[in-house]
Amino acid sequence: MALTVLAIVKIRNLFAVVMLGSIYSLLAAAMFVVLDAVDVAFTEAAVGAGISTVLALGTLALTTDREKQPMHTKIVPLCVVFLTGAALIYGTLDLAPFGSPQAPVHNHVAPTYLLEAQDKTTVPNIVTAVLASYRGYDTLGEVTVVFIAGIGVILLLGNWRRERLPEDDRNA
Amino acid sequence: MMAGFYIVIAHDNLIKKIVGLNIFQAAVFVMYISFGKVAGGTAPIIAEGFSAYSNPLPHVLILTAIVVGVATTALGLALVVRINEEYGTIEDDEIQAADDEQPQ
Repeated sequence: MALTVLAIVKIRNLFAVVMLGSIYSLLAAAMFVVLDAVDVAFTEAAVGAGISTVLALGTLALTTDREKQPMHTKIVPLCVVFLTGAALIYGTLDLAPFGSPQAPVHNHVAPTYLLEAQDKTTVPNIVTAVLASYRGYDTLGEVTVVFIAGIGVILLLGNWRRERLPEDDRNA
Repeated sequence: MMAGFYIVIAHDNLIKKIVGLNIFQAAVFVMYISFGKVAGGTAPIIAEGFSAYSNPLPHVLILTAIVVGVATTALGLALVVRINEEYGTIEDDEIQAADDEQPQ
């Protein structure tokens, strides 16, 4: 994964960058399978590696696929990135050991869901049960976000804008 | 993850910035999912013969986050297309230069 990202930093052909981004998503999906998150892996492979790549390639077709040689110095961004990274790594020192069943995250509401979800919702897959039943309103909110994003894209790129433009030119 | 952040702030090309943002995002997702991992556990689908399951809550959160992430990516890319129509470039500094040339 790190190699893919380094290649993305270096390569200036945007087509290759988008494809490497897709490979990165696929590697992330494989990592989710290893971490026992199969539902997330499905979504990441379909949405991250699939739809995002298609959208980005569409944008490349409408714009350009070359990145210009950067002009200004890169020392300030590098310093900011290393400082932030160091602060985040310092933050992870307090975390519970990886994979430990005693971690606080496993002792709050998660055991309740694992014990009750199948009886209450008759769905054996707990992720589905929580997503669609216990936290159904959150999922509704998510759909709203996608809907608003769709409206935004249509407003930005839709046909109505091109039809209106000549009229504006006459007025001006 | 920090490499994604680096791409976002150090590169001028808008499409590359958005790819960097996605990398940043995916790294955060991997971190959340790693919190949900239980050693010796299995995927949180109730089945006979298994007693240890990984924590389903991070999975649910990240499922939502992935979909929202794609929505924001789509909106960002639409903005890039629109900027390209208006300015004829997707490089940050050239857009800035074009803005400086014509004072409002």
